[in-house]
Amino acid sequence: MLSVYNINVWYGAIHAIKNVSFDVNDGEIVALIGANGAGKSTTLKTLSGLLRSRSGSIKFMDSDIMHAPAERIVAQGLVHVPEGRHVFAQMTVEENLDMGAYTQPKETIPGNLEKVYAYFPRLKERRRQVAGTLSGGEQQMLAMGRALMANPKLLMLDEPSMGLAPIMVEQIFEIIGALHEAGTTILLVEQNAQAALSIATRGYVMETGTVTLTGTGSELLHNDDVRRAYLGG
Amino acid sequence: MEILANLINGMSLGSVYAIIALGYTMVYGIAKMLNFAHGDVIMVGAYICFCSVSYLGLPVIAGVLLSIVGCTVLGIVVERLAYKPLRDAPSLNVLITAIGVSYFLQNAALLIMGSDPKSFSSIVSLPALNLFDGRLTISATAVLTILACAVIMVALVMFTTKTKMGKAMRACSEDRDAAQLMGINVNSTISMVFAIGSGLAAIAGVLMCAAYPTLMPTTGSMPGIKAFTAAVLGGIGSIPGAALGGVLLGIIEIFARAYIGTQLADAVVFAVLIVMLLIRPAGLLGKPVNEKV
Repeated sequence: MLSVYNINVWYGAIHAIKNVSFDVNDGEIVALIGANGAGKSTTLKTLSGLLRSRSGSIKFMDSDIMHAPAERIVAQGLVHVPEGRHVFAQMTVEENLDMGAYTQPKETIPGNLEKVYAYFPRLKERRRQVAGTLSGGEQQMLAMGRALMANPKLLMLDEPSMGLAPIMVEQIFEIIGALHEAGTTILLVEQNAQAALSIATRGYVMETGTVTLTGTGSELLHNDDVRRAYLGG
Repeated sequence: MEILANLINGMSLGSVYAIIALGYTMVYGIAKMLNFAHGDVIMVGAYICFCSVSYLGLPVIAGVLLSIVGCTVLGIVVERLAYKPLRDAPSLNVLITAIGVSYFLQNAALLIMGSDPKSFSSIVSLPALNLFDGRLTISATAVLTILACAVIMVALVMFTTKTKMGKAMRACSEDRDAAQLMGINVNSTISMVFAIGSGLAAIAGVLMCAAYPTLMPTTGSMPGIKAFTAAVLGGIGSIPGAALGGVLLGIIEIFARAYIGTQLADAVVFAVLIVMLLIRPAGLLGKPVNEKV
């Protein structure tokens, strides 16, 4: 479904992503784990067209998206929920969801809205509320719901559990599982390696801009190096 | 009665400032830049209207429409040529470029139209209205200006809250990266905002010259700076703030002129800005911004 080959991304003089390659197959949950600054978020931003790779290729559903503008990538179904939620704080919950459907035909909005409210009943209760007044967990729900409005074929989640209370983390991961059950392919970036690898089909470990290790979720979960580095022994 | 007349004149002048300030504030909101050439777009708009009426013999309404179209195109072209290449440049570079565009427009007008003032009263002259048995005289231009400002305000609020494009505009001004992730084309949204702002500037130009009928290449610079002051007063980035700031500033200016002195009126206006910046830097309706580090 998604095939990334040898991409290289620079921030000015800093070589942030070095020859990174990986694949996501239809129906998988693929986890990208690694420490702060390993290049996970940069990788996602490159996939969604906010940053550009200087080499290699990015193919999504058989079309080359490496040079495609961000709006076309979203329209094709590769949808990115950014780190730190980035909800539109001064817009209402429902306006945020409307924006998520920006590339979609108008007729799909009511149906998708119902779908999002079914996953996140809390959002329905607060639909007239301004997004900036939501709690962190609710904002994460809104960011995910907003992405669902774009009918994603592959949903990229960047640190969905960051800064959330344990109960909320559990809830978010349940919903990720449910979305996957419903047929959405997921690329999950997480520092919470334990939680991510537990639900992942496969995973990749990133260190200082390169992929250093790959395997199935449970292989990585039981790998000694991974345990030592990311799972606290 | 004198106070009432001054109030109406103040509201009328303030409405012109408000219409200009809307352009400033919308462009700032979305492109995070102060477009100091915005005032000169007013001047271009007024010249287009003047030329179409006095040289081409068109009716005034056609002149107004032509000047709206002309300024809209000018806004889009200036953004594309001067500002778009600097999208990721430091804001100081953009600011200096905007000042450069301002000088360019003024000197282009000087070259084409000459330095002698054109009298706008030959173009638009509306009758004065006598109310309360002649005890209160107000110009129809003043009433028209206030009405135009109100209509524009309502239209803009409807546009930004009800339409897809308007909401996309708000999304872009809040968070440009997130807007891109929604599939919003940020460049075309910015173009659209420049187009709307410049079209409004054309309307402001015609209304202003109908009230103060001397048209010169530098006509736009002072109202431009006052409108910028109004935008800051109301809270830059906020559409209702620009309208409120503009109207308040116009009233303050007219009252200062009437009761303090003509020479001091501008000083009073800018003193208000300084006081505002000291006690409430975010402006009347602006929200304090917490810079994220």
